[in-house]
Amino acid sequence: MDVFTVAMTALSDAFSLIFQFNVLIHLVLGVVMGLAIGIFPGLGGIAGLSLLLPFMFGMDVVSGMALMIGMVAVVPTSDTFTSVLMGIPGSSASQATVLDGFPMSKKGEAARALAAAFSSSLFGGLVGATFLTFFILIARPIVLAFKLPEMLMLAVLGLSMVAILAGRLPLKGVAAAALGLVVGTIGEADAGGSLRMASYDIPYLTDGLKLVIIGLGIFALPEIVALLRTDRAISSTASLGAGWAQGVKDWWENKWLSVRCSLIGVVVGIIPGLGGSVVDWIAYGHTIQTSRDKSGFGKGDVRGVIGPESSNNAKEGGGLVPTLIFGIPGSGSMAIFMGAVALLGSGDLEVGPQMLSPDYLDITYSIVWLLAIANVVGTILCIGLSGQIARLTTIRFTLLAPFLFMLIAFAAFQSGQNLGDLVALFAIGLIGIFLRRFDWSRPAFLIGFVLSNPVETYANQAYQVARSKFRTDFDLGLDYLFGPIVIVLIIITVISIFIGVRNAKIIMSEGEVQSGSKRSPMIFLLAIATYFAVTFYNASLIKDRLITDKIFPMLVAAIGFAACLALFIRMIRRPESDLVFADREVFGEDAGAQHGLWGTLAWFAFLLILTSLAGFILALAVFLVSFMRLRARLNWAMALLYSAVGIAFMCFMARLLHRDFPPGLLQNYFTLPWPFT
Amino acid sequence: MSTGKNTRLAAFGLAAATALFASAALADVDMSGKTVEWTIPFSEKGGSAKWANFFAPLLSQALPGNPTVVVKFMPGAGSTKGANWFQRQKNGDGTVMFGSSGSTQFPYLLGDPRVKYEYNDWEPVMATGTGGVAYLPPKLAAKFDGTANNLKDINFIYGSQGATRLDLVPLLAWKMLGMKVEPVFGIKGRGDGRLMFERGEANIDYQTSSSYLKGVVPLVKAGKAVPMMTWGSLDADGSVVRDPTFPDVPTFKEVCNATFGCKTSGAAWDAWKAFFTAGFPVQKIAFLPQGTSKDIIDTFVKAFAKVKARPDFAKISAKRLGKYPMFIGDDARAALKRAISVPESAKTFVKGWLKKDYGVELK
Repeated sequence: MDVFTVAMTALSDAFSLIFQFNVLIHLVLGVVMGLAIGIFPGLGGIAGLSLLLPFMFGMDVVSGMALMIGMVAVVPTSDTFTSVLMGIPGSSASQATVLDGFPMSKKGEAARALAAAFSSSLFGGLVGATFLTFFILIARPIVLAFKLPEMLMLAVLGLSMVAILAGRLPLKGVAAAALGLVVGTIGEADAGGSLRMASYDIPYLTDGLKLVIIGLGIFALPEIVALLRTDRAISSTASLGAGWAQGVKDWWENKWLSVRCSLIGVVVGIIPGLGGSVVDWIAYGHTIQTSRDKSGFGKGDVRGVIGPESSNNAKEGGGLVPTLIFGIPGSGSMAIFMGAVALLGSGDLEVGPQMLSPDYLDITYSIVWLLAIANVVGTILCIGLSGQIARLTTIRFTLLAPFLFMLIAFAAFQSGQNLGDLVALFAIGLIGIFLRRFDWSRPAFLIGFVLSNPVETYANQAYQVARSKFRTDFDLGLDYLFGPIVIVLIIITVISIFIGVRNAKIIMSEGEVQSGSKRSPMIFLLAIATYFAVTFYNASLIKDRLITDKIFPMLVAAIGFAACLALFIRMIRRPESDLVFADREVFGEDAGAQHGLWGTLAWFAFLLILTSLAGFILALAVFLVSFMRLRARLNWAMALLYSAVGIAFMCFMARLLHRDFPPGLLQNYFTLPWPFT
Repeated sequence: MSTGKNTRLAAFGLAAATALFASAALADVDMSGKTVEWTIPFSEKGGSAKWANFFAPLLSQALPGNPTVVVKFMPGAGSTKGANWFQRQKNGDGTVMFGSSGSTQFPYLLGDPRVKYEYNDWEPVMATGTGGVAYLPPKLAAKFDGTANNLKDINFIYGSQGATRLDLVPLLAWKMLGMKVEPVFGIKGRGDGRLMFERGEANIDYQTSSSYLKGVVPLVKAGKAVPMMTWGSLDADGSVVRDPTFPDVPTFKEVCNATFGCKTSGAAWDAWKAFFTAGFPVQKIAFLPQGTSKDIIDTFVKAFAKVKARPDFAKISAKRLGKYPMFIGDDARAALKRAISVPESAKTFVKGWLKKDYGVELK
């Protein structure tokens, strides 16, 4: 009962932490930004949180949480707009919504679909928050039962889940996750300080790559470039039709379906690494299986909207369990969330088992409350502003993209205050663009990157502890390594791999991608394989005395290389139409885009190169004006106005947060007044 | 050399000019409208960040003209990157500050080749210290009778951040007591070490004073941990005495004296004491860059004295930082001197021991 009293106190403390004007304002701000991010196809919680990251340094803990939770919670609600109105998933969590939502919209029932979706989202979100509340009550003994081998196995389970399930080809997922893992080892090793794929001549690399760079490069940049290439508004019409009341009624009539799908969402959310890209499909599958009349699905059956939308909001509550309590991200956006929490306040807060200690329990509970409130606020705003939001989708993306480029460059620079940040961002962005183009799982890469350090550390430490125990007594060591939890986790991992490999083809985590010619996918595969080989060789050069520094990169590189080899063999043996040759440049949106990939990317490179020469603000001025004039074809007055607004915003934010701008070569020779420094 | 001197002169001139511009009288330093950037060579998490974030707003209030004090972070290479950067800073107009910690001091003392900084060049204005407490699980604590004589056959496991960090002090202490402690390297902070202890994977641990009060005292009350010894604290003569925060817990010196085979004199003891002094009683130091004028230094010293004299200081600092001693001005200078004057023999001893026991070579 002691636990209960502590929890109740913490719960009421959390209450008073949240209900402050400042906190609620941040929450609403986060929700509004989440709404906007969710509407852009492809830009989901990961890209949104990556953009928020640089503003988290030193921010008040609860306000910062409010901002992030607000955004995370509302994305699965607001992404429904694009899914229903245009038939393009607003983020990976609402792909299944498209199947019935879009046909409803075509029948003129957009409002009904949206109302049903929002009701389900709200309900699902609240179920997730409720679950989290109760789980925290009983979590502490569970957490203490998770020793190093258990944590290691949990991380491995997460990795195998995301690798196997996040795409159509499990082998590609394995290779992408392995790539993320080895990229995460770049720099000085934690254990012995050996350098891996780095050199003291390039000091930037010795500290390893930052999560901000990876998040922005792998997720935000490729999506923005892809959207920019099509040069059009997200939606052509802003009308929603009628049927709001009917939609809510639909949800009520299917409330038990909503309950079941919410629970599915929570459970899938808890399993680390599974996350957003599959939960809606599982819920959709469940919806069809449990419906008597299946004929309407795919043609605009409202149940096909209610199921996935209940589950995708509920998963955020479930996803917070492994993230907060074990420090193992439940999904890509949770991975970024984890990194951001460490930046908040005085920086002593870190997700992991200590979130359950009495010191931090109030913070943990305030997260739960924030999650619930964010869902309510998000739903109200979605319904209240749906007319305006529908109109927002008619803005040309070309007018927004340069500002997103601006934010990305600024955000990336803040991670290390080094021009190397911009170079790294561009390099990682290129990898991201290719991963997207050839349908390699980007969430697998991201989670691999985030888990790289924990997995290596857990493995090394578990080995050291076990070695010491084995020395005392053989049975003691064996008991330590293979406790009941470890065995259960191993069994789950094996089963999930087995099922995953069998069913992989159904899951298209990032939309359908057609296969095309053999050459380009093969070149990319060989490049990745070469990187694995080089990593392996590089790590093998480390002295044997520092075995703990070399074993992990060598092992992972070997696994990655083997996966690449298997893919290569498949490439040789199968025809061009095979899945393995998926290439977005051959069919679909990207292939038909108005502008080429390289031309569009060159604009971003232009901004970065100019920055390295003349500093950020001067570069920005030239970039914004020329982009607005030449690419967006605005007249001079509008181009200058837009650019001025952008620069003013940037200066305001930097001033407010005491952030520096990237200086260029020019600033080496001349001392310029702020903001040109 | 001459260009360096010129830049320095120019920088000084510029600083003087700005000061002149900002206020009419030079003798009275006024920093209104300026921004003091306090660089911490660690990441946003961790003790140094907490320390600087605690002092920054207080310092801002205490400095004439209430300049904005912002804490900036420059992590990398275990604080060597930031310290090397600070070595190159020459604008001594009070807008650049630096905070070092024990982890900055140890590589400097051990002659890490990556160290390009020189403590003697910098101007210390304030320093704080801390203590440390080692603790055991109840079952093993029963065998501890004020001596380590009955602990010598036990296989201890300890979660460590690395043998060249502050962990050098506990590891050497246990080694001197004849205990077999196997460090598990690679934990991210002492909080992780405590968790390993709580989960039963580690069976010995130590925490700095404030973390001990916050994280371990509840465990002691619940009967899950028992304090073993403190590292002690230094009196005015520089001898080790009981830690005023934990007057009931014996010091390592007492335990060592009572334990068979452990001596509080000789090379090992001298080395332990030298590194203890560098790492604990003078753990964190705030610096102004080399070449800062006397006016500015005095202004900062006065400001920190004003912070210390606040009626509520004892209360707020105890809550945020623990009961640390705080040295200002000349006291800080003397504290720094104690921290970095480690005899050559102690360095040689520690280097030899690190190489022999852990295979660590600083190259």
